[in-house]
Amino acid sequence: MKAKALIPLALFLVLVGFFGVSLWRAQTHDIREIPSPLIDKPAPAFTLTQLHAPEKTLSLADMKGKVWLLNVWASWCVACREEHPVLVDFAARKVVPLIGLNYKDKRDDGLAWLAAGGDPYTMSIVDADGRVGIDYGVYGVPETFLIDGNGRIRYKHIGPITPEALEKTLLPKIRELQRG
Amino acid sequence: MARLIPTLLRTAILAMMLASLPGHATTQPASETELEEHVTYISERLRCLVCQNQSIAESQAELANDLRRQVREMLVAGKSDKEVLAYMVERYGDFVLYDPPFQTTTLLLWGGPAALMLIALGGFAWTVRTRRKQLQPAVLTEEERARARNLLDRADNTSTDSRA
Repeated sequence: MKAKALIPLALFLVLVGFFGVSLWRAQTHDIREIPSPLIDKPAPAFTLTQLHAPEKTLSLADMKGKVWLLNVWASWCVACREEHPVLVDFAARKVVPLIGLNYKDKRDDGLAWLAAGGDPYTMSIVDADGRVGIDYGVYGVPETFLIDGNGRIRYKHIGPITPEALEKTLLPKIRELQRG
Repeated sequence: MARLIPTLLRTAILAMMLASLPGHATTQPASETELEEHVTYISERLRCLVCQNQSIAESQAELANDLRRQVREMLVAGKSDKEVLAYMVERYGDFVLYDPPFQTTTLLLWGGPAALMLIALGGFAWTVRTRRKQLQPAVLTEEERARARNLLDRADNTSTDSRA
């Protein structure tokens, strides 16, 4: 009889447990982050014009054999301003090619933005109508994809790259791919 | 005179029915609205990844507009509903679907309510059975009957005593 009286309390504690885990997750994880189904899948093919040289293009195939980063950015993107100095520092270390995907932007605005804040990109390519963005499952700017020498997406960073994320996550993953 | 009104009414109804019949000239806009309805039908099944609590049919986010455009283009190209949804899942994952698919990771989600219902029904049946057992008229042994009679008699006596 005593044990039976404890059942509601036990159920309540289970509920508290569920709520607790959810609260903890909301604190430590970005719950708006959606895992990409493209991880470890071949990167979607593209051929886009270059930002600085509209008559030239860059294709996914041109990057074959290299470990590289594809960083989605736009001059209208507020969070990109936060990320930009981190990328400029990172580019100076010349670890991997950093290709910028200028997403749904005006060419002039993009060029002006790079001229003002410094250009960390090995090259920027123009996705004016966001179609390549859709292929890559981009749902916000900035996003960064780590692509290996076989053209597979190995990691996706959602949101601005912080110095901490760069050192603790991105760089170790890059080094691992460069070794392998 | 009394018969004239129903005749007029009948003529009016006939005229309205004829007017509502689609002529050849109106076929094009009709199929365009059909396409729009189809785009909306599929868009309502897709989550806007920017706002996350709206479908891409409701959302005015830039990405939702782009994805609606993509849905429309694929439908015009003759893709089926399934192909359009598969295209979105390939890029954005199952999260993009408002109806999550049935698979091992969503087993609890889909099976949970049914399992809870079964547990509740089981508990209910068990309670009913134990209650029914408790409600059965108690059968007394001869000895208990004698004791009861004894007690009742004594109670009778005391009540007469107090009255006296």
